[in-house]
Amino acid sequence: MKDIAGQSARKRPTRPLWAVYGEKVLEWIIRLSGISAVLFVMAIFFFVFREAVPVLFSPDFSLKEFLFSTEWYPTSASNVRYGTLALTAGTFSVTALAMVIAVPFGLGAAIFVSEFCGPKMRETLKIVIELLAAIPSVVWGFIGLTIMSKIISQTTGAPVGVNVLNGAIILALMSVPIIVSIGEDALKAVPDGFREAALALGATPWQLVYRVLLPAAKNGLLAAVLLGVGRAVGETMAVLMATGHAVHIPSGILDSVRTLTANIAAELGEAPAGSPHYRVLFLTGVLLFSITFVINLSADLVIRGIRRKGRGA
Amino acid sequence: MNTNTTKMATLFWPLAIIALAAVAVQLTGCKRSGAPGQAAQVTIQVKGSDTMVNLAQAWAEAYKKVRPEVNVEVSGGGSGVGIAALIKGTVDIANSSRDIKPSEKEQVKKNTGKEAREFTVGFDGLAVYVHKDNPLDNITTEQLAQIFMEGGNITRWSQLGVKIPGGGDEIVRVSRQSNSGTYEFFREHVLKNKDFKLGSRDMNGSKEVVELVAHTPTAIGYSGMGYATPQVKMLKVDGVAPAVEKVLDKTYPIARALHLYTLGEPQGEIARYIEWILGPQGQAIVQQTGYVPLPKEQWHK
Repeated sequence: MKDIAGQSARKRPTRPLWAVYGEKVLEWIIRLSGISAVLFVMAIFFFVFREAVPVLFSPDFSLKEFLFSTEWYPTSASNVRYGTLALTAGTFSVTALAMVIAVPFGLGAAIFVSEFCGPKMRETLKIVIELLAAIPSVVWGFIGLTIMSKIISQTTGAPVGVNVLNGAIILALMSVPIIVSIGEDALKAVPDGFREAALALGATPWQLVYRVLLPAAKNGLLAAVLLGVGRAVGETMAVLMATGHAVHIPSGILDSVRTLTANIAAELGEAPAGSPHYRVLFLTGVLLFSITFVINLSADLVIRGIRRKGRGA
Repeated sequence: MNTNTTKMATLFWPLAIIALAAVAVQLTGCKRSGAPGQAAQVTIQVKGSDTMVNLAQAWAEAYKKVRPEVNVEVSGGGSGVGIAALIKGTVDIANSSRDIKPSEKEQVKKNTGKEAREFTVGFDGLAVYVHKDNPLDNITTEQLAQIFMEGGNITRWSQLGVKIPGGGDEIVRVSRQSNSGTYEFFREHVLKNKDFKLGSRDMNGSKEVVELVAHTPTAIGYSGMGYATPQVKMLKVDGVAPAVEKVLDKTYPIARALHLYTLGEPQGEIARYIEWILGPQGQAIVQQTGYVPLPKEQWHK
């Protein structure tokens, strides 16, 4: 056989056999790692559902009471009631207030870091924001319990310093690094052509941000906010210490609440395995899953709606 | 392409050997027994009441000086958590500031085949704390029940005839979470097994209750006698102030026994530890940490 240059083809050098098989083994290990992520999530779902479902069929458990009653008395001697409405209101109020605080700050910081500051300042800011993310949540809870509660009770005159406002500030401080990192990535992903075109048309920096960049990056920014919300809803240790752990629908932001996550953390250690209390706590976990799922799904639909409108326009 | 493959190839074997070596070290390095040359270390696991956790740690530290080869590991979590661990069989001694319930006794028997053995190691008075500027001095158990009970009708300080300096009339109730023996004891003896009113601030431990009351002028809370600080005031209950003598002669209305529970009759090191706790050294520590020791006649020698 002769090749193009007309020279006799040398015998093509082959790789050793162990390298060929080793390569296939490595490929399979990587493939398994990828699949394992899906497997772990499915396993977690399965485990939680398996522990929670039997209580749904027990005669003295009512799903309507579980979802809509505010009375949570799992260890009562006379009248056991499992009502999680107050806990859901607690989770919802703390998360909503935290997002009201975190989203303007987070998005503003993301816009500043990606558009308006010089490179040296950018590096410093990014490092400091990452440091904020590295603080363990139990330390945040401690800060909320000791320092923040004093500040809040002194400046607002609230009777107790551990309340919705305290928990929301702590959660906002924990969510801001996530919103900033991912928001900044989303803004950087907007092609420079957009910026150049806007400047060529005579846009001021603020018009550039508000009319060009934010609409262009809105999927990524929404994803950033959603991840921040996910962090806030799932946070346990910080809210356990900073919200005052009181089971009732809050009468204002200066009132104490208990969240679903803190409730599970405080009570699961004591519930005997297999008892109705134990199963109801797992059912609370299922409720938490559902809440995050609904939030993610509705945000996904909103993104798709925006995308469709954008394409049609 | 050839150089990449050779680079991978030269890295492959060293990496594989390191990985295998790491796994081997992990598997063989996890044995409990100490290095050769030391006497065998015995570990006693103690878990349970948060009220008793300082006491249990003081005992553990003192016992280390008496018998250095015994390692006592103490953790809190609440009386309920300690007894749940006893049911699972994962602890040697469960601390509890309340009596074990009949249903829990049955579960111990069912799960481990042994009976739960109770040891009373001291007493504790449950003090009612208010802020140090609160003008109230005395409260009756009936008023306490009306404040904390579901459906109770006392919600404002003015109903007790008290004016808090600095304004604020709504009573802020400070309670414990439901895994706490203190919570169960209060519910059984003051609320007569009725449920607590929802909306109380449920704290994690005995110390946190006192701290929250110390920072909140309109608060009222209950916790162990030994957790008092200068920033809070202990109320007299039915006219009796919480003190060691009043708990021993049973005139203080909310006093309770502190228990240790083991699986069956304790053996070996655990039995010696409990004997030591019930002896003069252990009971002296009970007194030092602010609790009430057993009467001298009941001490084991």
